[in-house]
Amino acid sequence: MQVVIVAGTPASGKTSVMLYTLRHILAENIRVAVCKIDCLETTDDLAYRRLGIPVTVGLSDYICPDHFYVSNLEEVYAWGKEQMAEILVLETAGLCHRCAPGIKDCLSICVIDNLSGIDTPKKVGPILTTADVIVVTKGDIVSQAEREVFRRRIEMVNPAAEVLDVNGLTGQGTLRLKKYVLASPAVAGLSGKELRYPMPAAVCSYCNGETIIGSRYQMGNVKKIDFGRLDVDFEDNSHGRA
Amino acid sequence: MLISKITVMGGLNKNGDLETIPMVEIFSGEIVAVVGPTGSGKSQLISDIEYWADKDTPSKRQILINGLLPESYATQTTLRRLVAEISQNMNFVIDMPVREFLILHAQSRGIESAEIIAQEVCDCANQLTGEPIRMEHNLTSLSGGQSRALMVADVALLSNAPIVLIDEIENAGINRLQALQLLAGQKKVVLVVTHDPMLALIAGKRIVMKHGGITKFVTASPADKAMLSQLLQVDKVMCELRERIRQGEDLSHVTIREAFVYQ
Repeated sequence: MQVVIVAGTPASGKTSVMLYTLRHILAENIRVAVCKIDCLETTDDLAYRRLGIPVTVGLSDYICPDHFYVSNLEEVYAWGKEQMAEILVLETAGLCHRCAPGIKDCLSICVIDNLSGIDTPKKVGPILTTADVIVVTKGDIVSQAEREVFRRRIEMVNPAAEVLDVNGLTGQGTLRLKKYVLASPAVAGLSGKELRYPMPAAVCSYCNGETIIGSRYQMGNVKKIDFGRLDVDFEDNSHGRA
Repeated sequence: MLISKITVMGGLNKNGDLETIPMVEIFSGEIVAVVGPTGSGKSQLISDIEYWADKDTPSKRQILINGLLPESYATQTTLRRLVAEISQNMNFVIDMPVREFLILHAQSRGIESAEIIAQEVCDCANQLTGEPIRMEHNLTSLSGGQSRALMVADVALLSNAPIVLIDEIENAGINRLQALQLLAGQKKVVLVVTHDPMLALIAGKRIVMKHGGITKFVTASPADKAMLSQLLQVDKVMCELRERIRQGEDLSHVTIREAFVYQ
């Protein structure tokens, strides 16, 4: 089974892009199943269900959604096999960007939009830097110049990835994305496979449900802001602008 | 990358029949209009060109560069950079002064004399619009006409894409004739999708679409050119009227007939 992981910033159009791409794939009579991992609530599964394919949802609820995702990968793979899927699509929610859901040997797609600002490629982190294919949406409403600068900035943080322009409203560009999905390698299972980027090294009292602010309530792996360093950064920025 | 010609090898229309025009060749430096009613397949044609369709889109068209298959000509990454777009729906969304952004764009292209070319782009845009754009202006505060003028100048001088797809440019605050000539003068292939008769006639050739297929590929005739020069006159009258209304002038003594006869 081919496993395709789709991640990206919130409201970048992950589901719209995948709906168009999957329509192209389904037209070739290939069996696809979709698992959507989200945090508290999602309606994306309804959109996928309209394609007439098996869809399941995992809501992480009180658990960090990225940890929840990793802890369930074997089970999701097994579910996909039960559905006799040839391609399993795992769409994750666009959350804190500290982590990336990418798995070695599986195609990793990152969806990001032109409206998110030209500094976004630098800020997004491993979701973008570890992706094989980067889909850039909402290019139809910003200037060509901004698109070119945005693309350049993506290429600077991830020179190896394929960068595709896709229109999430019309589906333009998804034929090309289909080619990458179909060409992705099949894997015999996810047990023993490795994440492309480690999850955060932090277990603190807030992870365990603490809600009160204050050092005396903080235990475990706690990291404090280095204000001295921030001052230096600020000076650097103002200097750069002048 | 040098493109002297792109070729559209005909595919199928929406009824599944072969398109009337089996082959369309568009040369660099040419302005070609794409016309036809809504739903006639204009977007699909543009999309085919952007995608470098190889009989694998709903239209089954094939696009060639300089008479060759695109893949034999350039890598996928290069192919994806050959097409620049300008449309009426586009806006500048970056909150930044014109100067800073143009320099940023130039630098992202690896141009060393970024400062100089940024000024050239701004000067060039100012020749297209009547409302002066200053380097200190913020991009997001530009008017529609100013934005469009700056986009055209930027694509002409700063984008290295040899093909420009234009999806309608409204007739406000920008000299469209000059804008299109600027792009064509940079030896780009210029395709203009439009419902506007003036824009369609500015183009030297036009592709006529119906039911998803290309039904005609015509070169602008002397009659078309005469019609264009008359339309430019009409346009002038419209602009003057617009200005008078903007200025709050009382038009009770003006009749349309007089406004036109005056010319």
